Amino acid sequence: MSKIATDLGRDAIIAHREAASGQISVSVRDLVIRYGAQTVLDRMSLDIGRGEFLVLLGPSGCGKSTLLNAIAGLLDITDGEIWISGKNVTWDEPKDRGIGMVFQSYALYPRMSVEDNMGFGLKISGLPKAEVKARVAKAAQVLQIEALLKRKPAELSGGQRQRVAIGRALVRNVDVFLFDEPLSNLDAKLRAELRVEIKRLHQDLGNTMIYVTHDQIEAMTLADRIAIMKGGIIQQLAPPHEVYNKPCNLFVAGFIGSPGMNFLKGRLAIAGDTVAFDIGDLRIPLHAYERSGGPLVDGAEAVLGVRPEHISLGDAASGDDGGRRFRTPGRVEMVEPTGADTMLWSKLGAQSVTIRVSADVAYHLGDTITLALDLNRASLFDAKSGERL
Amino acid sequence: MTMATAHERRPRGPKPRRLTAGRIGIYAFVAVSCLFFLMPLYVMVVTSFKTLDEIRMSQIFALPSHFSVEPWVTAWSSACTGASCDGLKVGFTNSVLITAPSVVLSILAGALLGYSLSLWRTKGSNVLFGLLLAGAFLPYQIFIYPLVRIYAYVSLYGTLFNIITVHVIFGLPVMTLLFRNYFSSVPIELFKAARVDGAGFWRIFTSIMLPLSTPMIIVAVILQVTGVWNDFLLGTVFAGQANWPMTVQLNNIVNTTEGTRAYNVDMAATILTAAVPLLVYFVSGRWFVRGIAAGAVKG
Repeated sequence: MSKIATDLGRDAIIAHREAASGQISVSVRDLVIRYGAQTVLDRMSLDIGRGEFLVLLGPSGCGKSTLLNAIAGLLDITDGEIWISGKNVTWDEPKDRGIGMVFQSYALYPRMSVEDNMGFGLKISGLPKAEVKARVAKAAQVLQIEALLKRKPAELSGGQRQRVAIGRALVRNVDVFLFDEPLSNLDAKLRAELRVEIKRLHQDLGNTMIYVTHDQIEAMTLADRIAIMKGGIIQQLAPPHEVYNKPCNLFVAGFIGSPGMNFLKGRLAIAGDTVAFDIGDLRIPLHAYERSGGPLVDGAEAVLGVRPEHISLGDAASGDDGGRRFRTPGRVEMVEPTGADTMLWSKLGAQSVTIRVSADVAYHLGDTITLALDLNRASLFDAKSGERL
Repeated sequence: MTMATAHERRPRGPKPRRLTAGRIGIYAFVAVSCLFFLMPLYVMVVTSFKTLDEIRMSQIFALPSHFSVEPWVTAWSSACTGASCDGLKVGFTNSVLITAPSVVLSILAGALLGYSLSLWRTKGSNVLFGLLLAGAFLPYQIFIYPLVRIYAYVSLYGTLFNIITVHVIFGLPVMTLLFRNYFSSVPIELFKAARVDGAGFWRIFTSIMLPLSTPMIIVAVILQVTGVWNDFLLGTVFAGQANWPMTVQLNNIVNTTEGTRAYNVDMAATILTAAVPLLVYFVSGRWFVRGIAAGAVKG
């Protein structure tokens, strides 16, 4: 793979990268997109580093595809600027932006062979036939689709079609790859396969990649940084582990993770320096919790978020860990084996929680257990604003 | 496959009876309908092969006692239309000269317009399309006088150019509607991919969209060939006497007032005139189905 990447002109890419000013590859500045009265994106700004793999993640209608299309130059923007490789491309045609794009529906030209599909852009740009052929052949080699070059798209499987579509972007030696939910039309197995392939491609080529998806697994596995979007606004822009472990608000916390984070509703209890969280009669001391700076108000309604894997099962008397874990008795109400792990359902106070446990130990309905919440890894949110505290 | 699913796949319920009263009724209706439409054709065909004497003597349903191709030859080459007696062949040539360019031009224009209205969506494209649609529902007749005046003003009235452009204009609304709706069903991502690849307005049209529209082009050809070939009104008004299409010539042969009415020649002339649209139906019908079955935008 890496040898082929050099063939594809990695040196040229790096040279180009160094020649361009700064380390920012794509810069979105105060972007506004409005359709009539509806504002899809409102003054969005976003800088994407050179060679970065950025994933735009969010539910449908959050504006992530709109943002990608705006970067590609495929839709008219209302206001703001888009810079790619140090050049203001706001009003440039898509072809002049140095981008390649891969679409969810593959978007292969139905009447052209795989070879012609991949070489179409090069042919238009006036490259000599031999050069087009050579570049297509190299890209086909990278993607292992050499045997398919003479076929028509209709004669290919979904996975093969998407490889061809990636190849079409690849041959153009562009700075920035844009992916618009490229794996959403594939079945689970192929999706995982191609996901790995895209990641490898990124590692080998080192291009900037912007990848739109609503699949959090794709986002977590591929991204250098994830931009989680909702309602046209980036909620959090951070590396995957940070998005997962320190979600900045309730939406992000709930969107990432499967099964979802447990949200416990309660009230803050502040006495001097000690902060605690009251769920009914249960008082959970929070001195092991790393605050994010939000104001803590005594008696304020709050939400304590604990991921299923951050609740462990122990016995009530197990060793002291400096109050990092909060222990409370529970009872198994449901057992959901998922293969690698087993999900247990229990009550904490009056609220249901999910606990991820090893599948090796058998649990049964009605078993008495001790829940141990890892408060160091928990998240505390303001119930009203949803912001992390 | 497990036993359970194999079992599921067996037909359930009582076996349907082959012949029910309803079924007999349907077949009877179909048979009567066929007769209803085939009878006139049959009469036309047999009459066209009879001599005039025989037509006067015998039953109209009887087969000709003596086959004669004379009426066909007369209809084609020497039947009289008013002053001249050159038969239908002049009209045939005229009709071909009118139909071929009209069909090609109106389909090209409709495809191009439909393409730009569906995929490029410039400002006001919806208004333009609305107006065009309204045009499709307005009766021809109200345009005739203004058009006559316009063409006369630029001294093009009564020419081949006149009748061809009129056909293109009147064909445009339906052609545009057809292609706009077809191109609207093409995944927009295909269009986006082409733009990223650097294809412009014309390149996308010729390299991607037009090759995709074979089924629509066949539908359009059927509509336009039959429409233009069968046209009588526009041909009479705009073509000019020298370019009168076959339909107008046919009318003149059939309605000629001199001498006895040559039914056999009339019938032969009518069948000759109808032959082209019939041929289009028979030939393109198969292609039409094939085009649809090929799946235009798959992949």
